[in-house]
Amino acid sequence: MANAAQLISALADPTRRAVLERLKEGPRPVGEIARGLPVTRPAVSQHLKVLKDAGLVADKSVGTRRIYYIDPKGLGAMRAWLDQFWEQALDAFKLAAEAEAEKAQKKDDE
Amino acid sequence: MTSRIRPAPVRKSIFVQAPQARAFDVFTREIGQWWPKSHKIGPVDVERPIIEPREGGRWYELDVDGTECEIGKVAVWDPPARLILVWQLTPDFKFDPNLVTEVEVLFTPEGDGTRVELEHRDLERFGERSEAMRETISGPGGWPMLLELFGEEAKK
Repeated sequence: MANAAQLISALADPTRRAVLERLKEGPRPVGEIARGLPVTRPAVSQHLKVLKDAGLVADKSVGTRRIYYIDPKGLGAMRAWLDQFWEQALDAFKLAAEAEAEKAQKKDDE
Repeated sequence: MTSRIRPAPVRKSIFVQAPQARAFDVFTREIGQWWPKSHKIGPVDVERPIIEPREGGRWYELDVDGTECEIGKVAVWDPPARLILVWQLTPDFKFDPNLVTEVEVLFTPEGDGTRVELEHRDLERFGERSEAMRETISGPGGWPMLLELFGEEAKK
């Protein structure tokens, strides 16, 4: 499973974000994803591989075609959400704990 | 295609310039001082979240109108070193009694302060609530927000 760094780097690329935007509309084969994007089809395949490794995208064979879709169980988005949530919460916690500690320190000094 | 996904836990570590016991107290008894107000369950504003200070205690949100909304439970209450909370919120911040994920928080003295390590685990259980996941992923707080966020990050 992807770690947060892998997720961030997977999503940091504008072409890969464009690929995901496409897949938000529904499952698509590579050719259809590539259409309208300013990159070659092999490049899109490469980007899909990175997204797949990050747990954001999955694929399946339908006949001779390979269809790509956003992995609903991939949990990539959920992980990113929790990661960001706890980051924000702990920063706020640190501020509160240090303010409290400082208050107690002042009281002791008096 | 049916292989189960076992995502790694979300792990965070932070150093706080506060003694261990105080760090534990601020995290638990004074959670209302720091818990992000944006992360709420009820339709009205949050007064404060409350962690009942005992094993088996409730973890809930008290709203300004007096409503109480469940967040989870206290699984392990071991001050000032260790706390395990049960988080039962889906990604769209709805309480689901069938969703059980653990948040373990360790408080360890370090230098003149405390190292606080948080681990949110059993994340694959969110996957079993795939309906809520789909909503979140497609909702305003899901993909659009995440993509925007990472877009901003990528600019740096």
